[in-house]
Amino acid sequence: MNIHEYQGKSILKSYGVVVPNGKAAFSVEEAVAAAKELGTKVCVVKAQIHAGGRGKAGGVKVAKSIEEVKAYASEILGKTLVTHQTGPAGKVVNRLLIEEGCDIKKEYYLSFVIDRNTARVVMMGSEEGGMDIEAVADTMPEKIIKEYIDPLVGLASFQAKRMAFKMNFAPAVVGQVEKLMGALYKAFMAKDCSLAEINPLVVTNDDKVIALDAKLNFDDSALYRHPDVAELRDESEEDPKEHDAAKEGFSYVTLGGNVACMVNGAGLAMATVDIIKHYGGEPANFLDVGGDSSVEKIAKAFKIMLSDDQVKGIFVNIFGGINKCDVIAGGVVEAAKIVGLTVPVVVRLEGTNVKEGREILRTADVPEVILAESMEKGAQKIVELVAKQNAKLIG
Amino acid sequence: MGIYVDKNTKVVVQGVTGKTALFHTKQMRDYGTNVVAGVTPGKGGQVVDGVPVYNTLQEAVDTTGATASVIYVPAKFAADAILEAVDAKLDLVVCITEHIPVLDMVKVRRYMEGKKTRLIGPNCPGILTSDECKIGIIPGYIHKKGHVGVISRSGTLTYEAVYQLTTSGIGQTTAIGIGGDPIKGTDFIDALEAFNQDPDTEAVMLIGEIGGTAEEEAAEWIHKNMKKPVVGFISGRQAPPGKRMGHAGAIISGGKGTAADKIKALNAAGIQVADTVAHMGETMIKVLKENGIYDKCKTC
Repeated sequence: MNIHEYQGKSILKSYGVVVPNGKAAFSVEEAVAAAKELGTKVCVVKAQIHAGGRGKAGGVKVAKSIEEVKAYASEILGKTLVTHQTGPAGKVVNRLLIEEGCDIKKEYYLSFVIDRNTARVVMMGSEEGGMDIEAVADTMPEKIIKEYIDPLVGLASFQAKRMAFKMNFAPAVVGQVEKLMGALYKAFMAKDCSLAEINPLVVTNDDKVIALDAKLNFDDSALYRHPDVAELRDESEEDPKEHDAAKEGFSYVTLGGNVACMVNGAGLAMATVDIIKHYGGEPANFLDVGGDSSVEKIAKAFKIMLSDDQVKGIFVNIFGGINKCDVIAGGVVEAAKIVGLTVPVVVRLEGTNVKEGREILRTADVPEVILAESMEKGAQKIVELVAKQNAKLIG
Repeated sequence: MGIYVDKNTKVVVQGVTGKTALFHTKQMRDYGTNVVAGVTPGKGGQVVDGVPVYNTLQEAVDTTGATASVIYVPAKFAADAILEAVDAKLDLVVCITEHIPVLDMVKVRRYMEGKKTRLIGPNCPGILTSDECKIGIIPGYIHKKGHVGVISRSGTLTYEAVYQLTTSGIGQTTAIGIGGDPIKGTDFIDALEAFNQDPDTEAVMLIGEIGGTAEEEAAEWIHKNMKKPVVGFISGRQAPPGKRMGHAGAIISGGKGTAADKIKALNAAGIQVADTVAHMGETMIKVLKENGIYDKCKTC
């Protein structure tokens, strides 16, 4: 789960990370009031969306007067920002962060993530702050410093110092840097983060070390023990279909095409999306319905897929292991009747009780539901049927 | 033969009195697995479906001589169940449970350092050695005894691969689902190493997916060490960056972990990769023929 910058900064502040004074604003009036309250000469007006690259897209502005705060807040609120992380549709700005400005001497990068290979939390830092860290990793990998942390010991003081010196912080500020690293690590562990990223971490002209930006991502599997974090979820940042699917215990990802897929198992669901594309189709979604195959669940999955009005056909790809194919086939037929299908549904069934399952589909009185002989033929069939529908629409 | 489990494996079921655990305990026993005990704290002394239940794993192991465990307990308690199995010095622990917090697994992996126990999973379907032992939730009847090993990050793709192999006459030694989580126990290279040493295994099917770099590292290892042909498949070619595709570990982050990179690495190591999920079996047959071992591997 992601949260906004202002929420992340508030969490980090409570762990002792130094952040600029600031306040969230949901309207121009609130933005002006926040700037007046801060009372600083310079204010920064920052769009709050769950994506990076806001500055380049015009979502971060430096205001030198209350009038400028008002002008920038009016400009940014309601605006659609398109960054390299939002996708081409962009994201509408509904919230702002009004923050005190600061005189930056130098920008750095600092983050904590979980490293798969070592099964450790790793601290990463670079003196190439403020820019896209992936670009730094590609072009100057030697500029990225890493410290792997033993979970039994935590971030050791020597590691923080070693990192700070390797990042070329001036000796005078190393103490502040070490303290900030320790606080950030503590927050990462305490809140079950999957990412805690400060980009940029800055040293000001008066030698203060400040987290100028903050990005926190959380492990969804651990949210049960952090109700305070779960409360920060901003549903307007999420795809409503993905949200509805999650409520049913499904995994759903919108892909933008017109061939919907319903599959059991994440690996097979990914592979199904791939095979649709392989035969020239455009997959509309990834959908893993898991092991449960009740009529209600399948009907809900159909409804979620069909709420995407681009969808012109559905491919159901099921391998019945523990779940029996006849039960799944019955579920598909019943669900098709409940939902009132208007698009073709090609079903590929394999596994336990497959004969009985196929017989149910073959004899069902739902003309939209078509049984496929194999996965390959099923994928080809749905792609062909959707192409025909499109041709009809154009014709 | 096969790897990690065989007819001598004595299994204890952690969380045995849960509904799912009971169902799969029966399935495992029907397959022929030697299930010697179950553990549910507070339910010691009961017997469920002929399996004696103990309050602690240590007691179960001391009494029955169990060598392996399988974990069906809820995610909140699963990391602790793994620690208990490692502490009891079992040879193997298979964790089926999904959604264990990642930082819990970081601690588990640290605790396991220098200890003898092998972990498979979490978030995995388990392991099955044909006609000998099945631990976990893999449907047993699709497997036939033979000479091909299967390793996969995905449960359903393990079944899919086994099914395609069986229906085309190619039996298997052991099929192992290593799980879809980012921090796990057994990884590709561990299982490849074991298959490399198993005299009955002639070839290996390796099924990967987006996220991380385990497939790339496996490709390099295979190139340097593997004496047997390996066939690959990678799912997630169409996965958008930054999106979690069902499995906690299936995510392209920072441009790393794409299917294209993995396929490229496998191909560079001389490994043929099936172009679609429907062609895993066919690709294996082609490679078996090219290596002159098809006749030997056609066992069913």
